[in-house]
Amino acid sequence: MSKILIRGARVLGGEPQDVLIDGETVAEVGTGLSAEGAEVVEAGGKVLLPGLVDLHTHLREPGREDSETVLTGTRAAASGGYTAVFAMANTFPVADTAGVVEQVWRLGREHGYCDVQPIGAVTVGLEGRNLAELGAMHESAAGVTVFSDDGKCVDDAVIMRRALEYVKAFGGVVAQHAQEPRLTEGAQMNEGVVSAELGLGGWPAVAEESVIARDVLLAEHVGSRVHICHLSTAGSVEIVRWAKSRGIRVTAEVTPHHLLLTDELVRTYNPVYKVNPPLRTERDVMALREALADGTIDIVATDHAPHPHEDKDCEWAAAAMGMVGLETALSVVQETMVDTGLLDWAGVADRMSFRPAQIGQATGHGRPVSAGEPANLTLVDTAYRGQVDPAGFASRSRNTPYQGRELPGRVTHTWLRGKGTLVDGKLT
Amino acid sequence: MHRHLISAADLTRDDAVLILDTAEEMARVAARPIKKLPTLRGRTIVNLFFEDSTRTRISFEAAEKRLSADVINFTAKGSSVSKGESLKDTAQTLEAMGVDAVVIRHGASGAPYRLANSGWIDAAVINAGDGTHQHPTQALLDAFTLRRRLTGRDTGLGQDLSGKRVTVVGDVLHSRVARSNVDLLHTLGAEVTLVAPPTLLPIGVESWPCAVSYDLDSTLPKSDAVMMLRVQRERMNAAFFPTEREYARRYGLDGDRMARLPGHAIVMHPGPMVRGMEITAEVADSDRCTAVEQVANGVSIRMAVLYLLLGGNEPAVTHARPSVSHHQPADERSAHTPFTAEEK
Ligand SMILES: [Zn+2]
Repeated sequence: MSKILIRGARVLGGEPQDVLIDGETVAEVGTGLSAEGAEVVEAGGKVLLPGLVDLHTHLREPGREDSETVLTGTRAAASGGYTAVFAMANTFPVADTAGVVEQVWRLGREHGYCDVQPIGAVTVGLEGRNLAELGAMHESAAGVTVFSDDGKCVDDAVIMRRALEYVKAFGGVVAQHAQEPRLTEGAQMNEGVVSAELGLGGWPAVAEESVIARDVLLAEHVGSRVHICHLSTAGSVEIVRWAKSRGIRVTAEVTPHHLLLTDELVRTYNPVYKVNPPLRTERDVMALREALADGTIDIVATDHAPHPHEDKDCEWAAAAMGMVGLETALSVVQETMVDTGLLDWAGVADRMSFRPAQIGQATGHGRPVSAGEPANLTLVDTAYRGQVDPAGFASRSRNTPYQGRELPGRVTHTWLRGKGTLVDGKLT
Repeated sequence: MHRHLISAADLTRDDAVLILDTAEEMARVAARPIKKLPTLRGRTIVNLFFEDSTRTRISFEAAEKRLSADVINFTAKGSSVSKGESLKDTAQTLEAMGVDAVVIRHGASGAPYRLANSGWIDAAVINAGDGTHQHPTQALLDAFTLRRRLTGRDTGLGQDLSGKRVTVVGDVLHSRVARSNVDLLHTLGAEVTLVAPPTLLPIGVESWPCAVSYDLDSTLPKSDAVMMLRVQRERMNAAFFPTEREYARRYGLDGDRMARLPGHAIVMHPGPMVRGMEITAEVADSDRCTAVEQVANGVSIRMAVLYLLLGGNEPAVTHARPSVSHHQPADERSAHTPFTAEEK
């Protein structure tokens, strides 16, 4: 078996240590390690993290392979330091049967850039009417544990209640895209001063908050677990904080872009900033950062949403919603959370690896960097600063809001079960 | 002046006064037997209408022809605009044809801004109404009408609208005319009050440079002008207000309400007027209502805008304009070509 010796890495941001990988596992962590015949990686003070886990990725396959495929998406994931991604169900066909989730899962295994855990749809065709075969998807080879109609809200209170109850049978979790549909008809951006000025349909914060409030109460009532996707408002944070204080089993995620960007950017009418949920205000951004720091928001999830160039190279109203995120997530988290002093690297490991793996039950991921654990690791050059250049993205799509923006941090190595998927900044 | 006219908010006071003054000059042309200037001879202007608006298109067309420009009308309505690709495609076609200016009307807010700033095209872009965003030439013609009526045709030259009180009534939420007017009238020194039911006012309207009221009757005696906005009947079904009758009772302008206005005050309407609900026939047909004048003034304003944006009497060389950014400070802008004696 091949051995890799990572020398002088700051594990979770601590003092430099050596980490020896033997085969698929971490063999030893310590100082002054040496190993006969091991390939040596000089980390030189770079930060070593457990491989990142993204609970919210859109891989687009099957159906929209012009935007992304399992192969290109997992290569993007490896570039960004991820070793596991959860693939959202809004594909064509929708991942609402055992067959489709197994197909996605197999493609992930074949390509080998990171583990792909499919998310199953909550309702048939994401139509919000009839429950999909949640049990069959769980029992399939893909072993689905997370269910979501993401892209759409499960807005029918009865369907949401039943889904929450039903997945208790096998310990699943329902991930809600909280968006009250009537309050967001024709909505194109955050409702507020900017939308009023630009004449773009407003997307009120309360459309998100009212659904979250309802769902945490439903989860409490039926004694189940609910996960809230991409929180975007200060009010949503308050509701989740209240629910947690009450003992309700709710977890929540925030995207990197909601930690950094505001609706002021929409003044450019550049559809690269068009995203669901929309970019909110500075006040919301600050509340989200604080909530991620204090643990009210459990995890960072990318909501990586690739779209081809022509779907964004048009007027705002016609443009698709979404941004790619896998390859810039860690940099944005460093910029907004680490360099601001809100979170240390151990905190980043917690929010981007340990906890997302726990919520999604991705066994083998989100484990401590210690002897005997699977060698899913990411090495980050945190001293780096540079402009984002989407031309170098591994994703098939380039719809990033960060083009030309200077961001800190660069992933140089990613190992999936001891195998380098990204080595010296290059995909293998 | 900027290279494009996208939003009334982009105009400085001096820009706006210059346009109004230039429009007075243009209005003289309309009074002559031969209503034509050679100013834009050899220049090509495209009227790119993705949304039906015969009134606005004809107004621009008349303005363009009076300035001797070559005019191409392009109506995209009914074509396959499904994914929005056609705006870019059309822009590139026009670019290839060497068009000097594009007058664009689009149902999507921001489409003219995109057209001007995306690098798809090099021509000057004039917004003829985009979604619920802006309609700057409408605001300019309203300001022109106000200045003429309240300050005077000749006495108004060089003047702004300082101290004039303008009340804008109706569906502010969906009105690009209201947005444009608040921006421009504020720039020109007028005091604007918006009057509407709370459901038809945008979130954050408190931060606009204007006053807001839900009560029309108390506002009227303090108004030098009342600008009525169109209210679309379908708004009723979307629960913006209970019934047409209730709307008319609270926000419609009838003879009794008009009597509360000061004697010199005027009633404005961007047209087309829906008589009955928002304005009664009695008001619409009174000599205080400037709706018809506004239409005539629209041509003069559009002539002035086209003249100033396209640099007047300069040689007709396509793409010779410096690529000036949209938000350039006023002092860096190039001077305008003045009228020559021949043109006048
Ligand atoms: Zn979503």
